[in-house]
Amino acid sequence: SSSASASSSRSSPPAAPKRSTKAMKFDKLLSVPSVDLAALRELLWSGAPEEEPKFRAESWQILLGYLPPVRDRQGPGIAKKRDEYEELRRRHYQSEDGSGELGPHDAESGATLRQIRVDIPRTSPGLPIFSHPRIQALLERVLYIWSIRHPASGYVQGINDIATPFVVVLLAAEMRCAPQDINVDAAPEIILDAVEAGAYWCLTKFLSDIQDHYTAGQPGIQLMVQKLREIVHRIDEKLYNHLEAQGLDFLQFSFRWMNCLLLREFPFHCVIRLWDSYIAESLENFSSFHVYVCAVFLIYWSPQLKQMDFQQLMLFMQKLPTGKWKNQEIETLLAEAFVLKSLFHSSPKHLGLGPK
Amino acid sequence: RDYDHLFKLVLIGDSGAGKSCLLLRFADDAFTESYITTIGVDFRFKTIPVDKKTIKLQIWDTAGQERFRTITSAYYRGADGIILVYDICDRESFAHVDEWLNEVNRYVNESTCKILIGNKCDMESERQVSTEEAKKKADDLGIAYIECSAKEATNVEQAFQMMSAELIEKRQKQGAGGRSGPSAGGGVGLLQPKNREAGKGSCGGLGSCGGGD
Repeated sequence: SSSASASSSRSSPPAAPKRSTKAMKFDKLLSVPSVDLAALRELLWSGAPEEEPKFRAESWQILLGYLPPVRDRQGPGIAKKRDEYEELRRRHYQSEDGSGELGPHDAESGATLRQIRVDIPRTSPGLPIFSHPRIQALLERVLYIWSIRHPASGYVQGINDIATPFVVVLLAAEMRCAPQDINVDAAPEIILDAVEAGAYWCLTKFLSDIQDHYTAGQPGIQLMVQKLREIVHRIDEKLYNHLEAQGLDFLQFSFRWMNCLLLREFPFHCVIRLWDSYIAESLENFSSFHVYVCAVFLIYWSPQLKQMDFQQLMLFMQKLPTGKWKNQEIETLLAEAFVLKSLFHSSPKHLGLGPK
Repeated sequence: RDYDHLFKLVLIGDSGAGKSCLLLRFADDAFTESYITTIGVDFRFKTIPVDKKTIKLQIWDTAGQERFRTITSAYYRGADGIILVYDICDRESFAHVDEWLNEVNRYVNESTCKILIGNKCDMESERQVSTEEAKKKADDLGIAYIECSAKEATNVEQAFQMMSAELIEKRQKQGAGGRSGPSAGGGVGLLQPKNREAGKGSCGGLGSCGGGD
């Protein structure tokens, strides 16, 4: 199409490397005065281009309602949100004397902070930036303020994992480099502040629909695991029966899949790709879609799983061999999950026959 | 089958006390500084010789955070032994020992074998709980105490040996009526309630191996 003729397009520097078709599509969608949200969802569902991190960051922030889709409102909109976050930081995080050192206000927030501080050094050890003190401090504030603002759940382990893609995606865009090339020392304070506020609001929005995953008893997760059971029972009864015969409960292996949204199960770049599609789904839909992704993911291993006894199953599922996975495998999962979901939603009675 | 007894153990204790590291050391003889938080429950097994018997241990490693209690408590029920871990450099984790015991005692009977492990005993300079204090605590509770270092592999094997020896003795006391074979699968809450008469001595017969460094 004519839009592909980059030579005649806007004032991109002549030295810039040739853009992929995908990047050009994002550029086209995002550079208009008012972004078409439905079109952006559709495009992001198929994955953001890796070579220009800003497209992913912008798309995520727009679809999560942080960045306004109308360009004229983006500047003031973001400024307002950053001020709001600054205010939260002042109110909840800074001490009375303004030194920046946090003095917890009560026993409960003290316990929250203690838990977060235990977890920060154990967050995403596969990514070097998370061992950097500046990033650790940033993450601590984001998690702590989120927890204080969401007392019904408070901080629950795994939320630290869920915050990491936002930090990485936003920071990579600000630093204009690939996630693995981020040099934290080279990041000016103003950039880290922008990333912190952005990560806070994106996390807040992302978790808003699944807060019952983290409230007492974690009912949201129990429900998702039950749905997963039902789906697998319907589409792979042999596997379902095998797991049951071995005494393996779905909760034993899929609890973490729900609690950390599969973040622990894939290499990080695959998680980012998976989340392109999750964020492209509307917020009310992504958690139900996630169950289908989990079902397809489980059934992917079905031939091996059916040969294993209880012990082998437990060990295998604790660390599924996805270490070499590329985006392509994730995209296959997503496509199959999409088909499965459409199938079930077009004939809801499929789900009516839950196993006892 | 390739073992004489199968025992199910559950690791509990505050977040960050080093439960996963102890298990990694015991099962794989490995240690990593960059461990990640346990979400829900992890699982390992290991077969070890104890007193001329071959013992197979199935070990459930639970997340320490309270919010996961609904998930993790399901594992207490089927446990033969409970391993309560605290961090000798973190007084608060020691202060929570009573709470942890109250919690598990809602699910297991009094005679279920329990031991208290003070982990990270390689970090003597940061110690906040003395061996004597922890030993006294364990004595008051009628359970055995041992100090370990997952990092330096101090007393880790011994802790599991201690527990296994006690469990064998208890099972032998139970006699022919006792359950000694592998149970079906390893699912949650599959086991029958234990005979309350058995094992009156609990773990009290075990000596302490405290001060492992």
